[in-house]
Amino acid sequence: MNVVLLGATRGIGRALARLYAARNDRLVLMGRDQAALARSAADLATRTGGGAPAAVPCDLDDPAGFPEALDRAFEALDGRVDAFVVTAALFDTQDHLEDDLARAHALLRVDFTNTVVLCEHVRRRMLAQGGGTIAVFSSVAGDAPRKPVAIYGAAKAGLSHYLSSMDLRYREKGVRFVCVKPGFVRTGMTAGLPEPPFAADPEPVAARALAAIDKGSPVVYAPSIWRLVMLVIRHLPRFVMYRLGF
Amino acid sequence: MNADRSSMQEAPVLGGLRPVASLSPPALSGWGQLGVPGRERLDENLARVTRGAVLTRGLGRSYGDSALPPPSHREVAGTRLADRILAFDPDTGWIRTEAGVSLGTLVWTFLPRGFFPPVTPGTQFVTVGGAVASDVHGKNHHVAGCFGEHVASLRIRVADGRVVDCGPDRHPDLFYATLGGMGLTGHILEVTFRMAKIPSGWVFHEAERIADVETFVARLQEAAGTWPMTMGWVDCATRGHGLGRGILQRGRWCEPSEAPPVPPAPLPRRTVPVRLPNWALNRWTTRIFNELYYRKQIPRATWGVLHPERFFYPLDALRKWYRLYGSRGFTQYQCVLPDRDAPERARQFLEVLTSRQGASPLCVIKDCGPQGRGMLSFPMKGISIAVDLWMDERTQALVDALNEFVIDAGGRIYLTKDALTRPEHFRAMEPRLSSFLAVRRAWDPTLSIRSHQSVRLFGDPP
Ligand SMILES: Cc1cc2nc3c(=O)[nH]c(=O)nc-3n(C[C@H](O)[C@H](O)[C@H](O)COP(=O)(O)OP(=O)(O)OC[C@H]3O[C@@H](n4cnc5c(N)ncnc54)[C@H](O)[C@@H]3O)c2cc1C
Ligand SMILES: NC(=O)c1ccc[n+]([C@@H]2O[C@H](COP(=O)([O-])OP(=O)(O)OC[C@H]3O[C@@H](n4cnc5c(N)ncnc54)[C@H](OP(=O)(O)O)[C@@H]3O)[C@@H](O)[C@H]2O)c1
Repeated sequence: MNVVLLGATRGIGRALARLYAARNDRLVLMGRDQAALARSAADLATRTGGGAPAAVPCDLDDPAGFPEALDRAFEALDGRVDAFVVTAALFDTQDHLEDDLARAHALLRVDFTNTVVLCEHVRRRMLAQGGGTIAVFSSVAGDAPRKPVAIYGAAKAGLSHYLSSMDLRYREKGVRFVCVKPGFVRTGMTAGLPEPPFAADPEPVAARALAAIDKGSPVVYAPSIWRLVMLVIRHLPRFVMYRLGF
Repeated sequence: MNADRSSMQEAPVLGGLRPVASLSPPALSGWGQLGVPGRERLDENLARVTRGAVLTRGLGRSYGDSALPPPSHREVAGTRLADRILAFDPDTGWIRTEAGVSLGTLVWTFLPRGFFPPVTPGTQFVTVGGAVASDVHGKNHHVAGCFGEHVASLRIRVADGRVVDCGPDRHPDLFYATLGGMGLTGHILEVTFRMAKIPSGWVFHEAERIADVETFVARLQEAAGTWPMTMGWVDCATRGHGLGRGILQRGRWCEPSEAPPVPPAPLPRRTVPVRLPNWALNRWTTRIFNELYYRKQIPRATWGVLHPERFFYPLDALRKWYRLYGSRGFTQYQCVLPDRDAPERARQFLEVLTSRQGASPLCVIKDCGPQGRGMLSFPMKGISIAVDLWMDERTQALVDALNEFVIDAGGRIYLTKDALTRPEHFRAMEPRLSSFLAVRRAWDPTLSIRSHQSVRLFGDPP
């Protein structure tokens, strides 16, 4: 399989890239930090004993660069991309985002607007090649209004909405959209935050995402218990949500 | 539960450490579950996260306070997200990794390709950075030396903020001070070392039951002449004749012709679900445990092919086993005694321990080869003894008594296990300390990099 990953330098994306590499899929790593990309590519090569994946610069905060970056990524895989996976995103606490609107703006751009624009570029190319899978990491934070993730959750809610709607539109034409919704995962993104129940390590979350991407499942919760948790939270009456801190 | 918490808070353990169960989060602790308030700053980018950090920490498998911040600080840099393997040469075994990769990752990545870490401690859940900082030793110390013997170079962020490459021919003072330097000379970012080529992934192993400690030590020293891996467990709860009876273990890698056809895979692990009550592990239950453990070795001698995890990492089968000690916390006391009169010295050591009501469920004896290159590296030619001690009001006095015995015998203790040694005792057993501190001062005149342990033992500013 030919796979492009944006966000494999850290966290869940790093774990996912290792799973792909271990089964000898052909990879391209995209990201904003050249040095980090080179180190991650070297890591995948030494772990598998195979060749290093190509590294292509791409900053999610610079949509003007998307077409060229995608040209290079597709080219490195001889024009055929079976799965395009986005784990890149920003996170910050609601308090920080409320205090610093420039930061909030950047998060909304990176996690929602630009991710959608990037997926649109990829969708066109996938339609042209006759199909493929676009898998994007959203979050359970986009599933229900909650106090600590109002702005981040809004970006993820929009993203989930986009992915599920596009999956309805394009699955018949061969382009599948997979929306991955992790719960709390122990990565650099959440380091220092108090751990809620059901906190998970990136490796099992990546493994579950990988299976869903292979199958082309439209929505996957990881770990799976979060589907139930969010179902309950979505049905809590408003007067309860006013009182709860999460 | 609440009453339990507050009573523990009123009784801080010496040296400012408290049972981590009594601290409200965020808190940091060593493996012995004694800690201080504080948190880890985690980032995949080590160069970024170590900038200005007071100390760096790996997987927290050191028992005492060496990976804890000094009292004036609340944050240390954590390396465990920095786990990339940057280069590997399958012809020679040379490897370059980020400091946060664990030995377990290296084992399971490279064992199927015929390589194993050159030296490994009794758990795979340690980082390469931690292995360098403690200059760890393993069952093969008498032939392979410490981890540092296999290191060619280190990339370190030193106190003034520069990133420096060092090795035997570049800044050798920094290099040798960092091997076993407990993180006090700088933040290790990358390590280049040599993996060992192995004929198969399986171990050939012999175990033998031995009735008393003198014979035990003599047999251990004898075995070192012919076996590349040796160690043993001894019973230090039973007094009198049975004191120090034990099980001696010898091993070597299987030749391909002896090994099962498929390489071994990681074994399943269980987790100790909750902390046991403090009284569960006491002198009497320890004695029963020791009796059973000794008796399980029936017949007197066994041999055969063993899974490498069973041989190298038996304790890794049980995650969070520190919970067996309850909430009070524990420490490990590990010392090395010089070769001269080792069998008698070992018996005397155990007598000091048991005469003070000390009992340890886990007592490990290992013969050591010559002292390594690290300026503060722990092992020296002789035998090392390690015992686990739960914390109670007698533990400090017990550690003091053991230290006085070790000073008298010309031995020394292992910093990565220590939480209770007094500075005057450490100075008395460590003539190398002043030259180590001189190198450290040269690279860090204001001692901006320091730990809870260095404040306690070396008198660093708090
Ligand atoms: C069950 C068990 C068995 C063990 N058996 C053995 C054994 O057989 N032989 C042996 O030698 N040891 C043994 N140990 C001890 C263990 O190997 C050491 O404590 C080791 O240093 C732990 O590594 P870590 O990554 O957990 O480091 P930590 O515990 O996090 O840190 C230990 C020290 O290393 C420093 N450090 C860590 N990373 C860095 C870095 N990147 N840069 C600078 N300083 C750093 C810290 O500041 C601290 O001083 C055992 C421990 C356990 C729990
Ligand atoms: N961790 C959780 O608990 C959790 C929960 C729910 C959902 N999620 C979602 O899961 C995904 C992965 O999370 P994670 O925890 O693995 O995150 P992470 O560890 O913070 O990794 C984020 C990745 O995004 C990249 N990135 C950030 N901004 C970028 C930009 N402008 N351009 C290009 N790349 C950029 C980073 O690259 P650099 O190396 O260059 O920084 C990094 O590789 C995210 O979508 C996140 O929202 C995570």
